[in-house]
Amino acid sequence: MKAKAFKGGVHPEGHKEVTQRLSIVGSKLPERVVIPMQQHIGAPCEPLVEVGDEVKVGQKIGDTEAFVSAPIHASISGKVTAIEPYNHPTGAKVKSVIIEADGNDEWSQEVKPPGKSVEEMEPKEILNIIREAGIVGMGGAAFPAHVKLSPPPEKMIDTLILNGAECEPHLTADHRTMIEDPEGVVFGLKAMMKVLGVENGIIGIEENKPDAIKTMQEMAEKESNIIVVPLPTMYPQGAEKMLIEAINGRQVPSGGLPMDVGVVNQNVGTSRAIAQAIREGKPLIERPLTVTGAGINTPANLMVRVGTIVEEIIEQCNGMRDDACKVIIGGPMMGMAQPELDIPALKGTSGILVLTESEISYSEINSCIRCAKCVDVCPINLIPSFLGRAGEKGQVEVAEEYHALDCIECGCCTYVCPASRPLTQWIKIIKAEIMAQKKQ
Amino acid sequence: MEEIKVEVLLQAALALGGLGAIFGILLSVAARVFAVEVDERVEQISEVLPGANCGACGYAGCNNFAEAVCSGNADVGGCIPGGKDTVSEICQILGKEGVESVPKKAVVFCDGDRQTAVERFVYDGSPSCKHADKMGGGFKACAYGCLGLGDCVEACPFGAMKMGDNGLPLIDEEACEGCGVCANYCPRGIIGMIPRDYRNKLVMCNSRDRGKSVVKACPVGCNGCKACTKACPQEAITMEDNLAVIDVDKCDGCGECVAKCKQGAIKALGEQHAAVEKLPRLKLRKLRK
Repeated sequence: MKAKAFKGGVHPEGHKEVTQRLSIVGSKLPERVVIPMQQHIGAPCEPLVEVGDEVKVGQKIGDTEAFVSAPIHASISGKVTAIEPYNHPTGAKVKSVIIEADGNDEWSQEVKPPGKSVEEMEPKEILNIIREAGIVGMGGAAFPAHVKLSPPPEKMIDTLILNGAECEPHLTADHRTMIEDPEGVVFGLKAMMKVLGVENGIIGIEENKPDAIKTMQEMAEKESNIIVVPLPTMYPQGAEKMLIEAINGRQVPSGGLPMDVGVVNQNVGTSRAIAQAIREGKPLIERPLTVTGAGINTPANLMVRVGTIVEEIIEQCNGMRDDACKVIIGGPMMGMAQPELDIPALKGTSGILVLTESEISYSEINSCIRCAKCVDVCPINLIPSFLGRAGEKGQVEVAEEYHALDCIECGCCTYVCPASRPLTQWIKIIKAEIMAQKKQ
Repeated sequence: MEEIKVEVLLQAALALGGLGAIFGILLSVAARVFAVEVDERVEQISEVLPGANCGACGYAGCNNFAEAVCSGNADVGGCIPGGKDTVSEICQILGKEGVESVPKKAVVFCDGDRQTAVERFVYDGSPSCKHADKMGGGFKACAYGCLGLGDCVEACPFGAMKMGDNGLPLIDEEACEGCGVCANYCPRGIIGMIPRDYRNKLVMCNSRDRGKSVVKACPVGCNGCKACTKACPQEAITMEDNLAVIDVDKCDGCGECVAKCKQGAIKALGEQHAAVEKLPRLKLRKLRK
C-alpha cells in the first residue's frame, strides 16, 4: 500500500541527518525539577502534595476531576520545596510543583505492573491504566490519550493510525523510538486497538526514514492486522487530518475530528509510553526529545525527565555556540521561540532547537501581493491571505466566515509568503478571539 | 424629405406633458402625506459638532450623537473634543442650562523608551501592540510598559499622535482633543486622560509590579518605595497596587516628590523621554465645510 500525497504542504529542509543516527541516551538525573500543573490540552491539575512533602518517582502529584485532563506524576524522588507560578514554554506563568532531588531516584510503590496481560484485561481497565499513567499525545499537542481513546458510542471507529511521520524538520525523537523499541510501539498499538475494538492498525512513516519503515515492517509482519504505510515526505504530513487523507483518502469535515471519519490517531511515542504503562505500570515521567540545530555544540536524542529545566538540558549537550540566537521548543515550523531558558521540558516537548544568526531572517512585513502561494500550500484548503488580513484588522465575523477555526496552524502559509506576512500569528490571534466570542 | 405633421408633435408633447403632470401631483401629495418629521435641532447640532466622528461620546458618529442629544438619550456635555464652546452652542440650540465640562488631554504613563527599558527578546511579528502583547507577554521585561508599535497612533482620530524614534508615542497637546480613543485602544491601558491645563507633576509609570522586578525591567519605573507619598506636603500622592498616583486636583507642583524619587519616575509633562512635539494640526471645522 502506498499513500497518496495530500493537497498543499511545503518541503522545508529536513536537517534530520544531524541526529537521526544518534540513539536515545538517558540524560543526567536533574537536581531540581519544575513540574507545571498544566502540561496538556484541557483542565489544569490541582496539586496533591504540599510544600515539604517527600515524593518518590512516579508518585501522582497532580490530578483533577475534569474528563479532558491527565494526572501528573513526580519525575524524581525528593522534597517539594515550592508550589508557585513558574515560567512555562507557552509564555505564561503556570502553577508548578518544584521538587529538589534527594539523589536516590527511588520509585514509588504505586508503580507496579498490573500482573495481567493485555489479553486478560477489559478495554475499560486498559483505558484506566492509560489515564492513571497521565499519558498525553507526545507529538507536541499533548492531548490526553485516554480522551482520544474514548470516542462517543455513536462514532463508528474502524481504523487506528499510528503517526510516525515526524514531518517537522530537525526532530528525530520519534524516528529513534521506532528503531529502538519497535516492539513497544506495536504493543501499545495493539492495546489501543483492543480499547477501541478496531481491526485495522496502520503505522504511517515518512519515506525519509527508510530504516524505521524497515524495522516497523519487520515487527508488523508478525501481526495479521497491522500494516506499515510509507508516506511521501511533505510537511505537514504528521498533522492528523493530513495523515488520514494520505492513508485512507478520507477527509475530516470542517469543524470535525478524525473520529467523524472513523479514525483515531496516536503518535508512536505515545504508543510506546502506553506500552510501558501497561507492562510496567510506569507513568509518563520521562520522554525522548531531540536537542539539535546548528547552534548546539553536541546534538543528541535524550531521554529527559519531565520538568527538567531546558537550560540544563542544553548544558548537558555542551552548551550553545557563541552565534546561537534563537531557541525553539518543538520543531521549527510549529514550535515556540522562547524568551528565556529557565523553563521546564514538558510531556509534550518533542525537541529543543537552537538556531544561529545565519539561519534566521528578519524581514519587513510588506503588503499582500495576491500571489496566492499561501492558498496553494494550505493543506486545509483555506485562504490564508484573507484570514491573515481579518486577523490583522480584528474582523472576527469575516474570519469565522472563512473558516478560521479549521486552521491547524501548521505555518505553511507564513513559510511561503514572499511578503513575509505573519499570517499564522494573525490567524492564531483571530482564532482565539472567535473562541472567546463563542464562549460569551 | 417627408413633412413633419404638427398633429404628431402635438400628440407626443401632450402625452408626455400629461404624464409629467400626473406624476408631479402624485409625488407632491405623497410628500405631504408620508412626510417624515425631522427635528431641525439635529441638523443644527450636527453643524456645531467637530465632525471628526471619533466615537469618544460612545456613538458611531457626530450625527448619531446629535440625534441622541435631541432625544434626550445622551448628555449635552458628551462631546469631549468639542469642549466648552460646543457644549454651550448645543445648550443654546436645545434651550438648556450649560453644563460644566473639563477639557482633557491624553498622557502616556510610561517613560521606558527603547534605550531605557529592558527588552526580553527580539519581536519579529505582527506590528501591533495588541498582537505583540499576546506573544509571551510582550517583548518588554515590564509587563505594563509601552510596546511602542503604535496602536494608539493609528487610532487617534485627530492626528495628534505619532510614534517617536525612541519607541514611545508623542502627543501634541494642542492637537489632542481629549477624546480618549487612544486610551481605549492601548492593550495595556497605559494612556490616561488628565485635565487639559494641568502642568504639574505626574508619575510616568504604569507598572503594578513589585519594586524588585520593576527595577530589573526598567530603570525609570516606579518601584513603590513610598518616598513621594511621605514627602508630599499636599498629601496628593497615594499608592495603588505598588504604583504611586498623583491626584491632579491636589498637586500644586512644588516638586518635593521629584527630589525624593530615586528612580526618577516623577516628571512634569514635557520632561519625559516622550517629550511633546508639535504636530501639524487638523483644522476640524474647516475640514467639514
